[in-house]
Amino acid sequence: MSLMTDNLIACAECDALHVWRPIAAGERARCVRCGNVLYRRPRMTSDQMLALVVGALLTFLLANAYPIVDLEVQGIRNSATLLGSIVALWTEERWLIAILVFATTILFPLIDLLSMLALFLTVARPGRPMIGFTTLYRFVWVLRPWGMIEVFMLGTLVALVKLSHLAHVVPGVALWAFGALTVLMAVVVSFDLRWLWVEPGRSA
Amino acid sequence: MTKVASALSASQAGLLVCPCCGLVCRPAVRIGAWACPRCGTALASRKTDSLSRTWAFLIAAMLLYIPANLLPVMETASLFGAEEDTILSGVVYFWTSGSQGLATLIFVVSILVPLLKMGTLLVLAVSVHLRSSHSVHQRALLFRIVEAVGRWSMLDIFVVALMVGLVQFRTLAVIHAGPGAAAFGSVVVLTMLAARSFDPRLIWDCIKDDHD
Repeated sequence: MSLMTDNLIACAECDALHVWRPIAAGERARCVRCGNVLYRRPRMTSDQMLALVVGALLTFLLANAYPIVDLEVQGIRNSATLLGSIVALWTEERWLIAILVFATTILFPLIDLLSMLALFLTVARPGRPMIGFTTLYRFVWVLRPWGMIEVFMLGTLVALVKLSHLAHVVPGVALWAFGALTVLMAVVVSFDLRWLWVEPGRSA
Repeated sequence: MTKVASALSASQAGLLVCPCCGLVCRPAVRIGAWACPRCGTALASRKTDSLSRTWAFLIAAMLLYIPANLLPVMETASLFGAEEDTILSGVVYFWTSGSQGLATLIFVVSILVPLLKMGTLLVLAVSVHLRSSHSVHQRALLFRIVEAVGRWSMLDIFVVALMVGLVQFRTLAVIHAGPGAAAFGSVVVLTMLAARSFDPRLIWDCIKDDHD
């Protein structure tokens, strides 16, 4: 039906056409007209990414299972998990905020990581195409900008400083887990997904 | 004016580019509702109704920016009385309590970034309407910055969420999210949607006759 041009690439910012050229791992190709990054060749192999995604998923579990911080005021202790905070917002009928926080810090990052897990598992076994591959791929593409783990991490630190004026603040396990997750997510997100189509056995 | 390197664009070559997987392909018959042959994403030469959508999200964001800053984002009820905090009073609180660095950070991400983002998108949308070919590189750069920093405005929402989750000491102090929080969160989401609706390729389309 349509002609696919495997050797052409267009700049997403200015639409200038370029001829696709192989580059070394860790390198990036830039648009000659606007300087935008056309594509990056990932530093890591799919296997390494698979390990990283599994690590990120485990860290995600830790970050959500344990309290982020313990607060002590006059002998009374209170601790908060991320989900607990969202439930608190929900019960006081701040639905919009509850949904927004839930989606950007739990739902979207989790779907992102699970989809990446499935994508890299598929790539790791050439010759066994997965039916949902393109669906998952598009899912990640749509959801990724809305995952905000790193912004939440900074927000947590600001909240801690704010609270440390008022009460005794004890950082919890999840605070460290969120810190680690921020770093892991940064690496996962830096993987240029379009490279998955270049991998052997995945050319359409 | 900066010299712009002449380049053939995909649309000039009659090619369609998949925004999702990056595949460049030539439509066989006519440009209608095309789907990417590789990943299935809908294809169009430029983002659908780019400017109208950008305007719609932008105007909605600008309207909500008013309640977002006037209404309290956080309500504190304690033994010492009730207190309401807007975004700006939160900044002032940090400044006066000695955390000037944090005050600056929150001022930048919560007040400056949304304002500059809306202003920039406004300028970009108007310049595309006017088919301006001035400072193309600068405008492209502005768009890239706006798209990258917009998400950080969510910071205050996360601060409020965590404070609400933590400060629940029935008799001593309880923190609630205020009505301003929903408005502010909506402003951030709407400006992000406005930026995503805007097609930066429209900036470059205006200069296609200029190269020598």
